[in-house]
Amino acid sequence: MRFSIIYFEFQSTFKMKTPEEELAEIKSMMERSTRFLSLSGFSGMLAGMYALAASVTAWYWIYFPSSSWGTGSDTLSFRELVNRLLLLGLATLIAAVGTAYFLSKKKGSAVTHPFWSPASKRFLQSLFLPVALGGFFCFALLHESAFELIPAAMLLFYGIGLVQSAQFTLGKIKNLGFTQLLLGLIAAFFPDFGLLCWSLGFGLFHVIYGTLMYFRYER
Amino acid sequence: MSDESQKGYDKAFDNVLRLRIMSILMVNERYDFNSFKALLQVTDGNLASHLKHLEQAEFIRVEKSFASRKPLTTYVSTDKGRKSFQAHLDFLEQLIRQNKAS
Repeated sequence: MRFSIIYFEFQSTFKMKTPEEELAEIKSMMERSTRFLSLSGFSGMLAGMYALAASVTAWYWIYFPSSSWGTGSDTLSFRELVNRLLLLGLATLIAAVGTAYFLSKKKGSAVTHPFWSPASKRFLQSLFLPVALGGFFCFALLHESAFELIPAAMLLFYGIGLVQSAQFTLGKIKNLGFTQLLLGLIAAFFPDFGLLCWSLGFGLFHVIYGTLMYFRYER
Repeated sequence: MSDESQKGYDKAFDNVLRLRIMSILMVNERYDFNSFKALLQVTDGNLASHLKHLEQAEFIRVEKSFASRKPLTTYVSTDKGRKSFQAHLDFLEQLIRQNKAS
């Protein structure tokens, strides 16, 4: 007890603090300087909803009027279908990234976290490399007409990106990454279920994890 | 006040801002002035004087370089700084244990 009284005398010249509070302060500083904590959970929910809407649209184009996941119909010419799906994918990507950017920026300024910090740069760099490579790889698959493997490749590369970058943001993102990897493997072995796995991974699980993050960190 | 009671305690860390700066440099290889300013929400002068203090204590080292033609001042923790900070952490832990025991 004696030591702590002496210690408080030192501290009282600046601010009264218990050692517990001081350790908590140190821990919080370490977290805030290494992790991008402004990532918005709500934007994850919205991104998931965009992806669900996109996959319903894609399903309609590819499989309608047949309701099975396996066989397609020929209502659209093949070239037309590929063009439409590419545009749909790009629009979904832009909408999701844009929403994440604006909502994270807003969340960051609300809690006076800088949006563009060494932590956020590290987070984006570690996410960007696997995701960008995955994007190029999907174009290669498209070029080689291996369409059925595209959902699997997207899920796998995105999953790797999430697992890698989880250490620089909200740690729970890692579990979302593993979920994407599992779905990616399923989609790789059972390409007939590719679109279904894609809509679960990019759609449903984004909504679920976004909601979890929102209630855990933003309320 | 015996020397024993002060073991591990370092005056450099009795200021909260210096403690925060050192916490950041323990987990980041390097950190630049503007990022410190944004994260800690302090004025230039205040930040500069505390950085100077830590530099004079040889707890941190200053590295000046240029990033796209603009001067960039980054800070790195020294071995001495990291050891002192670790000792300070041990000191805090010991205090907590003693408070629990008593």
